[in-house]
Amino acid sequence: MTVNIPRRRWLGSSLALGASVVAAPVFAQKKPTGSEIKLGQTMPYSGPASAYGTIGKVEQAYFKMINDEGGVNGHPITLISLDDGYSPPKTVEQVRKLVEEDHVLALFETLGTPTNSAIHKYVNAKKVPHLFVATGATKWNDPKHYPWTFGFNLSYQTEGEIYGRYLLKNKPNAKIGILYQNDDYGKDLLTGVKHVLTGPHAKLIVKEVTYEVTDPTIDSQILTLQSSGADTFIDITTPKFSAQAVRKAFDSGWKPLHFLNNVGASVGSVLKPAGLDKAVGLITVQYYKDATDPQWKDDPAMLKWRAFMARYYREGDVNDASNIFGYIAAQTMVQVLKQCGKDLTRENIKRQAENLKNFRPPLLLPGIAINTSPTDHAPIKQGQLSKFDGQKWALFGEVIGGGAG
Amino acid sequence: MKTPPLLSAVPALTSRHIAALAVLLALACALPFLIGNYRVFQLTLALVYAIALLGLNMLTGYNGQISLGHGAFYAIGAYTAAILMDHNVLPYWATIPVAGIVCLVIGFLFGLPALRLEGLYLALATFALGVAMPQILKHNSIEPWTGGSQGIVITKPDPPAWLPVSQDQWLYMFTLAWTVLLFFAAWNLLRGRIGRALVAIRDQPVAAQAMGVNTALYKSLAFGVSALYTGIAGALGAIAVQFVAPDSFSFFLSITFVVGVVVGGLASISGALYGALFIVFIPNIADQISKAAPWAIYGVFLIGLMYLMPSGVAGAIRIARRRWFDRERPSAAQRAASPPARDVQV
Amino acid sequence: MDLLLHQALSGLATGGIYASVALALVMIYQATHLVNFAQGEMAMFSTYLAWSLMQAGVPYWGAFAITVVAAFVGGVLIERVVVQPVENSPILSLVIVFIGLLVIFNSVAGWIFTYTIKPFPSPFPEQPLFGNRYLSSHDMGSTAVTLVVLSLVFVFFRFTPLGLAMRAAAQNPVSSRLVGVRVGWMLALGWGLASAIGAVAGIMVAPVVFLEPNMMGGILLYAFAGALLGGIDSPGGAVLGGFIVGVLENVIGVYVGSELKLTMALVIIVGVLVVRPAGLFGKVHVARV
Repeated sequence: MTVNIPRRRWLGSSLALGASVVAAPVFAQKKPTGSEIKLGQTMPYSGPASAYGTIGKVEQAYFKMINDEGGVNGHPITLISLDDGYSPPKTVEQVRKLVEEDHVLALFETLGTPTNSAIHKYVNAKKVPHLFVATGATKWNDPKHYPWTFGFNLSYQTEGEIYGRYLLKNKPNAKIGILYQNDDYGKDLLTGVKHVLTGPHAKLIVKEVTYEVTDPTIDSQILTLQSSGADTFIDITTPKFSAQAVRKAFDSGWKPLHFLNNVGASVGSVLKPAGLDKAVGLITVQYYKDATDPQWKDDPAMLKWRAFMARYYREGDVNDASNIFGYIAAQTMVQVLKQCGKDLTRENIKRQAENLKNFRPPLLLPGIAINTSPTDHAPIKQGQLSKFDGQKWALFGEVIGGGAG
Repeated sequence: MKTPPLLSAVPALTSRHIAALAVLLALACALPFLIGNYRVFQLTLALVYAIALLGLNMLTGYNGQISLGHGAFYAIGAYTAAILMDHNVLPYWATIPVAGIVCLVIGFLFGLPALRLEGLYLALATFALGVAMPQILKHNSIEPWTGGSQGIVITKPDPPAWLPVSQDQWLYMFTLAWTVLLFFAAWNLLRGRIGRALVAIRDQPVAAQAMGVNTALYKSLAFGVSALYTGIAGALGAIAVQFVAPDSFSFFLSITFVVGVVVGGLASISGALYGALFIVFIPNIADQISKAAPWAIYGVFLIGLMYLMPSGVAGAIRIARRRWFDRERPSAAQRAASPPARDVQV
Repeated sequence: MDLLLHQALSGLATGGIYASVALALVMIYQATHLVNFAQGEMAMFSTYLAWSLMQAGVPYWGAFAITVVAAFVGGVLIERVVVQPVENSPILSLVIVFIGLLVIFNSVAGWIFTYTIKPFPSPFPEQPLFGNRYLSSHDMGSTAVTLVVLSLVFVFFRFTPLGLAMRAAAQNPVSSRLVGVRVGWMLALGWGLASAIGAVAGIMVAPVVFLEPNMMGGILLYAFAGALLGGIDSPGGAVLGGFIVGVLENVIGVYVGSELKLTMALVIIVGVLVVRPAGLFGKVHVARV
């Protein structure tokens, strides 16, 4: 069962296709010849997390491009992407459908921590490759108990540990205030920070506050942190709240040493709305290139990205970090399939997914590579700190490989 | 039948009704062996939601108290079952009545202050409950029990050794048994004095009180029983899905229940079944129609349904049957004068 | 103590947001005796319209005016086309229609405009008034706008014949028709005005919370609570209720911690309602047997 592409979009992309074939022969056109590779995923196309639905759409577009180029070893990829509204019971229903009715070869980039938790046991019992789940939770890297599950994102705990270690090394007397989203993602990052800031260092944390996604603003939380006397701010928020935090921390006169987590660090989607001048001095961990960052303006991988978006996913936001993330994940999936060669079975897909050696999709930061092994199901384990200088994220220090995940 | 149909909140069952019900039940028992495990799972979920919607319908349809927060009772029932199973206190089948009793008590206690609130204000109070529940469930103090944001994973129960069915089929039969029991209990409850009292309180509260109906007691009881049903549904649902987490019980679940009750048909026992089928299957259909804006399609469905069938599917069926009967048997015009009459047939 | 004061004032700022949306809810309730749950999403959609106009080069106040008028027309159209055919249905069926509208607006906005947050300009200066650190100029300005709209609504309902006709149409449609009031168009007008007020609320809110399709979800929740706390049939009460909810939420956060803020705020609101079932300033309805 293929996904329905609305007629209007089809027409639009056909016209774009025609135009670009005439204009620049960047994309080859070849017909795939082999049997189709069926992948399945659940995405929150509706509900509170619908902002991430674009990840499913960009991956759909990427596979379309691959199919236009002849598929993987001649096989076209079909991605069946179902809506679960970020509700775990719905995820269970949809994944069961994908496995038991659609007989997908593998699950790819199912999104969300609670949603994936709901199907974690099931897919491993059914021995279905559960590849590159779109969440940074650390628990996906557990090949001993869940051999069919693979993470993808740089784990939240690793990110938290990086911030913790940086502080211990460079500001050991910091007074730290932490704001985090009151769900598993927020708590996971916090756990990473506390892994490092433990024992005698635990007293560096002077205040922790939370927020819910239904909160309209977090101004009240910023006020609480400010009045606690903290001079360092670890900011574990999603884009809308990151923008509010960046703006409020500046406007209220607090101006702490501000660590902004990767999820909320996009220049175009977060810092620009907040005010670039208010974002100077922000520190984050990055592992892929930000499309709105001027330093990658002429980067060949970035140019290819823009061409891809213009041709295959016009209605998507070319500056949205989620789209870049989905693109990189799709490239990794294609790499696994390529490595499978003729043997397209679930067993071999799992084996190849455990066999990624120094795979470098060019949109990852230079120096970062994807590596997996039978005892290591975390493809991305490295990140690099960067500081915002008012215009771009300036990388500094070395590429760091985390301890957790 | 002892109670004349005109004086009952639900019409009495004729022998035709009973025959049709028997056929339906036989079909329901045979179904899991004819379709794949995934579909059996979907039907199990539909049965679970039917129980929940019946609970809400008793409160809102028959008793006129609006609840925008029944997802909270569903969550309490689900977590009760999950915690009891996770800490190996009780086997899965024993957790169901426990979940029901817990929700009965909490529902009744909630119903007491709610007595003071009417209409919109009651809607807000229940809405507040539905909105606050996920936050309460995530709280650190009860995390050792609830698993916090991570939730609790439940082991799927096995069928008894002597029964050669799959786990999904067994769960379906287990849920079906509870569904039949609860639907029968509801019908029995509503066709007697209690049902009349509830409807009287809904339609003419002052007159009912003047007639000696203990309004306060019945309204609180309605809340309690309604919560009991929804709590049992939550427990059954948790076992079917094998997972509970605060994110499973957002306030959108409460809204979905209200949608299900209205679409199925207020003050109607069969309406609970139609509503359950709607909320399980329509989002999938909307998803297939449009990936770009699936919920816009769902919204169009909702508005269209309300336009075509303002009293829900059960109401539309009732109207259609009445029209058909009116043409053939004029004496049925008398039946048209009865209070919220609905049929038990599909 | 300073923190408490600071939080309370910050609460007034967010309370202003809730108050403006609560006003739209009250408007529609006064006109139709129904609470339109889609009010927030309609306001969000109108704000996107304003944003699109500004992207196309229209200056702020021009876009503002056009949007408010467009929202008014849109509200009237929705009432006439979507609500009127089902207006004799039971209340809960209408609630379902509103929920349908809610999901449609939300979904379509996400589809057309994507979910990336967009900055929205404020007509008020950057510098806080009198250089104070507690409330920005925008906070004060948007509160002033809310109070102006409130006075206009109050004057409209109390002192104009049209306002009287609208209130009559909502309270007693049968008698109103006998007196010559065009009940259908009164309802449509009510929707139009509520939609326009919602658009103003959205335009005032967006600079603070950033424009995105889900921006009104949480706000509607609090606005609903605030409107009912103050009394749904009292515009002034609803606005006051909005402010109270904002302050209450922040002050509770200081004592209880942010994890139970929402829960405690709602518990208190429900508690108040139990004591005063018609809200703080609402009219208690006495039913004659």
